[in-house]
Amino acid sequence: MELLEGNNLSMVFGGLSALNSVDIKINKGEVLSIIGPNGAGKTTLFNLLTGIYSPTEGKICFRKKEIKNLKPYEITRLGIARTFQNIRLFKEMSVLDNVMIGQHCRTKAGIFGAIFKTPAVRREESFVRDKVMDVLEFVGLDDVYKEKAKNLPYGKQRRLEMARALATDPELVLLDEPAAGMNHQETNDLIKLIEKLNDMGKTVLLIEHDMKLVMDISRRIMVLDYGKKIADGSPDEVKNDEKVIKAYLGDDFRKENEGTDEIKRVKEARRTKEVKQAKEAYVC
Amino acid sequence: MSYYLQILTVIIINSILAVSLNLISGYTGQLSLGHATFMGLGAYAATLFTLKLQTPFLVSIVLGAAVAAFFGFVIGVPTLRLRGDYLAIATLGFGEITKNVLLNLKITGGPMGLRGIPKVTNVYVAAAALIFVIFSLGRIINSRVGKSFIAIREDELAAEAMGINTTRFKILAFIIGAFYAGLAGGLYAFLFRYINPKDFGFMRSIEILCMVVLGGMGNTYGAVLGATIITILPEFLRSVSPAIAQYRMVLYGLLLVIMMIVKPRGIIGESSLSNKKPKKLLEKGGA
Amino acid sequence: MVFEQIINGLTLGSTYSLIALGYTMVYGILELINFAHSEIYMIGAFIGLIMVSVYKLPFIVALLLSMAGSCILGIIIERIAYKPLRKANRIASLISAIGVSIFLQNAVLMLAGPQARAFPANFNVTNLELGNLRISSLQLIILLVSIVLMIGLHLLIQKTRLGQAMRATAQDKETAQLMGIKIDQVVSFTFAIGSALGGAAGVLVGIYFDSADPMMGFFPGLKGFVAAVLGGIGSIPGAMLGGLILGLIEMLGAVYISRYKDAIAFAVLIFILLLKPTGLLSRKIHEKV
Repeated sequence: MELLEGNNLSMVFGGLSALNSVDIKINKGEVLSIIGPNGAGKTTLFNLLTGIYSPTEGKICFRKKEIKNLKPYEITRLGIARTFQNIRLFKEMSVLDNVMIGQHCRTKAGIFGAIFKTPAVRREESFVRDKVMDVLEFVGLDDVYKEKAKNLPYGKQRRLEMARALATDPELVLLDEPAAGMNHQETNDLIKLIEKLNDMGKTVLLIEHDMKLVMDISRRIMVLDYGKKIADGSPDEVKNDEKVIKAYLGDDFRKENEGTDEIKRVKEARRTKEVKQAKEAYVC
Repeated sequence: MSYYLQILTVIIINSILAVSLNLISGYTGQLSLGHATFMGLGAYAATLFTLKLQTPFLVSIVLGAAVAAFFGFVIGVPTLRLRGDYLAIATLGFGEITKNVLLNLKITGGPMGLRGIPKVTNVYVAAAALIFVIFSLGRIINSRVGKSFIAIREDELAAEAMGINTTRFKILAFIIGAFYAGLAGGLYAFLFRYINPKDFGFMRSIEILCMVVLGGMGNTYGAVLGATIITILPEFLRSVSPAIAQYRMVLYGLLLVIMMIVKPRGIIGESSLSNKKPKKLLEKGGA
Repeated sequence: MVFEQIINGLTLGSTYSLIALGYTMVYGILELINFAHSEIYMIGAFIGLIMVSVYKLPFIVALLLSMAGSCILGIIIERIAYKPLRKANRIASLISAIGVSIFLQNAVLMLAGPQARAFPANFNVTNLELGNLRISSLQLIILLVSIVLMIGLHLLIQKTRLGQAMRATAQDKETAQLMGIKIDQVVSFTFAIGSALGGAAGVLVGIYFDSADPMMGFFPGLKGFVAAVLGGIGSIPGAMLGGLILGLIEMLGAVYISRYKDAIAFAVLIFILLLKPTGLLSRKIHEKV
């Protein structure tokens, strides 16, 4: 069953085309990964799907409903949740409170309820607390629920980002580079977590650079390069696609097996090239 | 009323003002430069209710607070769609517009203001109001609503992505803060028995801001402490040097700058202004 | 009659443009509203006043000295009150800017007293008549000086390496830094130039109304900001355009509702922010996610 469909999506920022006529389709229960070099438009696509930007062209339908002009909080309420590439936690709030925000759109206590602490409000708060602790247990953060988010180590912060998104009771979860900065063990734990999510019936859309993770967990992979979709298929199909190998996979995938330093060098070289291109495009 | 009792009453009224601005600016992160406007609206409304309709004191000040809250809504709806810097200017602008209107309307007495207000506020009434404000505010902060406020302050974009209707809640913070400020305004009017538009202008708004900054933004008890210090300061300065007391705004300006650079968390040190900007994506393409 | 109002509007508007340029340039690189700009304008006027009254210097010299003084003041303010907060969150910088503004305004108030001082023009003000239309030489001078300064700015921004660095920094600070541009220097220069323009505006307005007082920066500062927003904050041609348009609207409006003249600017502000917050000539500012 088709859960989310985006047709002919384009996003232009003041002369720069970040996305160009991209189609995307996600079926319920799938794990779809989006890969591509830096600057390919992956996060822009996420931002379109979650209402942070409005596409310059194209349509987006979630469960057959047009969502392209909805605000982010309305989209979250419909059942799409996301994490951020750069971790945007509520730093001064506790782990518990961060995740409780996720339940905001599923609850309704207002100021009068707050001031008078009616039984209904008490029940709602108790329910939310229990639910949130469940989510924290799921990601393995229940022991640190009182800590301020800013005091957590990096890996736990990433997990908190996910917990917060999961607390919104989503049907579709968008994870933006969840494995960034993780070591081997942490990545394996992440793979298990995503599998558990999938088993629970959640559909997962993933942006990632870690090829092992992507190949392991995805049912389908979509490849973006310079704002265009250049491939879409099963991991095997994509692995062997000429265009993909040339654009992105080849260098990195080969070097994936030759050690991480090489990858860093290549990525760095590509990033510098991208910066130079951006500079030429932007300055005067 | 003895001199010291009067000062204490003023400290309490200022505490209500500081605590209410703290809700808007400290907890929700929306910088408002026109908070005294709500105080003024509450003061004028409460006064007019009593002088023209002879409503009893309690009814008047609550109605006055409600009027202020209404204007919090009116001002909030257009301005809270704006980013922080624009919001600050917009609140300043509304303050000036309101003062302009108050100076020109006949019913508000124009530049002469309103006089002959009965003296009803005393230290007990004020204290009762403060207790009510702190209690209700505490409940709000610890609730779903309050957590939304803080989330908005911490990262408005992420808050919206997590399902919070940020515009609605920012407006709500404004309304609540305005209500409390209006309450304080009413108390003020029935203490000093005479009000005019100059009492509620930009200078007063900055004074309240200094109280919150001094005490630590996002810290309710800090706001009370800040209010106490800022209220006592002019009295203290007057005994040292009347000239400096008259120009204490110079000190306020310095205070704001120095506090931001040296102690952004207020003199107590435990508040909300974390020292880093929310991280932005480094380059334009991203992923 | 209408023509005279138009000339009045353009004259005043050109001073708003100069003020607006200061705001827009600083906002373009730091995303900060320099609240102290209105006081730099005021202090510029006072420097000009002192040069003209006390030292009896000719107008041009006084103007240049005033611009130099404002320029230095702007750099000092940036170093002391804004630079330490560059990494802090935005509210902190905003509060600091407000603090500087209040400090300066009241410091001058304390030192010079609240009364307005006369600001002699030091040259013969004559009225030129072209048929039915009348324009004073004072207005001509103000328009001329403003245009010269704006052209100068335009050349600086478009034709020099400094200008190129400023544009790059405004577009994308991190990339500009990767290219070897010294951000601190660019920021200082931007403040320097913006403040010089603000100071010039102060002198021009002081001479126009033959008056300088410590509170004179408050309303023109706000109006200059409105002009900057009207034209599109961050856009230099926008600031120039916005100032002129605002001046015209204000003058034409003053004919009908003179008592609320100052409120016109606020009304314009609210109008723009509701309808097209990015302004007339804006660069669309997307928050990066």
